[in-house]
Amino acid sequence: MRISEEQVMQVARLARLELAADEVGPLTGQLDEILRYVDKLNELDTTDVAPVTHALSVVNAFREDEVTPSLPRAEALANAPLATEAAFVVPKVI
Amino acid sequence: MESYRLTIHELARRLARRELSAVEATQAVLARIESIGAGINAYITVDAEGALAAAAAADQRLAAGGAPPLCGVPIAVKDLLCTKGLRTTCGSRILENFVPPYDATVVEKLRAAGAVIVGKSTMDEFAMGSANENCPLAVPRNPWNRDYICGGSSGGSAAAVAADLCAASLGTDTGGSIRQPASHCGVVGVKPTYGRISRYGLLAFASSLDQVGPLTKDVRDAALLLNVLSGHDRRDSTSVDQPVPDFTATLDHGVRGLKVGLPREYFGFGLDPEVKAAVDNAVRLLTGAGAEVREISLPHTEYGVAAYYLIAPAEASSNLARYDGVRFGHRDPAARELGEMYCRSRSQGFGPEVKRRIIIGTYALSSGYYEAYYRKASQVRALIIEDYRRAFAQCDLIVSPVTPTPAWPLGAKSDDPLSMYLSDILTIPTNLAGLPGISLPCGFSGRGLPIGLQLQAGHFQEELLLRAAAQLESELALSERRPPLA
Repeated sequence: MRISEEQVMQVARLARLELAADEVGPLTGQLDEILRYVDKLNELDTTDVAPVTHALSVVNAFREDEVTPSLPRAEALANAPLATEAAFVVPKVI
Repeated sequence: MESYRLTIHELARRLARRELSAVEATQAVLARIESIGAGINAYITVDAEGALAAAAAADQRLAAGGAPPLCGVPIAVKDLLCTKGLRTTCGSRILENFVPPYDATVVEKLRAAGAVIVGKSTMDEFAMGSANENCPLAVPRNPWNRDYICGGSSGGSAAAVAADLCAASLGTDTGGSIRQPASHCGVVGVKPTYGRISRYGLLAFASSLDQVGPLTKDVRDAALLLNVLSGHDRRDSTSVDQPVPDFTATLDHGVRGLKVGLPREYFGFGLDPEVKAAVDNAVRLLTGAGAEVREISLPHTEYGVAAYYLIAPAEASSNLARYDGVRFGHRDPAARELGEMYCRSRSQGFGPEVKRRIIIGTYALSSGYYEAYYRKASQVRALIIEDYRRAFAQCDLIVSPVTPTPAWPLGAKSDDPLSMYLSDILTIPTNLAGLPGISLPCGFSGRGLPIGLQLQAGHFQEELLLRAAAQLESELALSERRPPLA
């Protein structure tokens, strides 16, 4: 196995996902199959290949730092599950 | 002919001559959605009221003269492009009630060009899928045979065009999500060069791969929409400041003298014989029209899917971190502590494929695995880009199938994610290299399902794609064949 159930649960925790007990087994099997497949990449020697993260060679995109209208506060808060007139409301942190 | 069947350019001509009003054209599309829409499920949200108001405004502009190019044309927008005041779900429970406070740049451009936005089309959740079955809100059907998938992830956008539930639509393509459903539904779909069209207001999946593009009834319509959508946007720092030609101006220039490459690797992978026959026929037509066809090699093609299924989930795991139940989207109201709230809200809101990809991506980026997975995939991406560089030194266009098989029956691959991923083997490399690609209908299978042809070109060479596609479209003359709908 490329990945164990414990690892899957640990990665899910890192990603802030909760898996039901009956989800972990099948998911681990599927992830294992996918990781076996991507092992195919190791057939290629990439020792001197520079990784690419962006298909076009775009250099820094600068623009003038001009003040433009921002989203009004009421509109920014309108989609929040819970908010006051001035802020997003979340459960107690500490 | 009923007005809902018209292409954009046919409809625009009739609207300009006032043979038909924009309100009538919109009413005809809304009536069609009412009568057959439920059997196709191409829309998550239909905005009849907004569409009729936009159509009435379009009629005023048309009456005044000098109306913009899409004035009064009914268009569907994939449900991951923000529409101000109109619910945008990304096909997910987590955004089921999200109403954007602003328009995506492409939506702004559509509105400025006079388009009537009919509604938001169905998609795989967060654009993750090849069958449009990862859909907690609505699973669309293939208009050519409702027991078959319409492809994904822009499946609703493709089905809506094929079933005449709009004149044209917008989709997005991260690994084939415009071209593959266009192929399965028998419509034209263009994935433009990365950076050609702004992604501002597009709910991000994999930011180095995502691109917006049109799905249309013919090639001329695709050119018309690209004219409207293309161009640099200061709000998207990855959009590129390149001149935008009039894509309709060169459509009839033909293919004489163009060098067309046939990548031998694209004709393996369990290529269906009917797909091969249809593509071979199109290649013969290109040769007959004066193109010079030669075999080429893209040797790393078979590694594209493996690289993609590390890079795209890695980017997605980062992009989807914003869905935390704080500023928008679903929140578990019962959670009493912040970490618990993040975790429960995300777990309740995301479907299984989205969770699977977030976990793969998080794993590929995690300490100890980053080098072996994410970095390795990014190196293989460089090899794939180099393949294309060499190929385009020998040819102007690359011609191939879009997918190895026609559409498959609903449910046939739903329990086997890897086999689903492999169906994208011929479209993924285009995205990894940021190139433009087009899918256009080139035939039908024995079961009556559409088969698509893919053309790829160098960066910002959409004109070439459209020229060759227009030539083939006129020779293939498939437009009379319609889906068997009432």
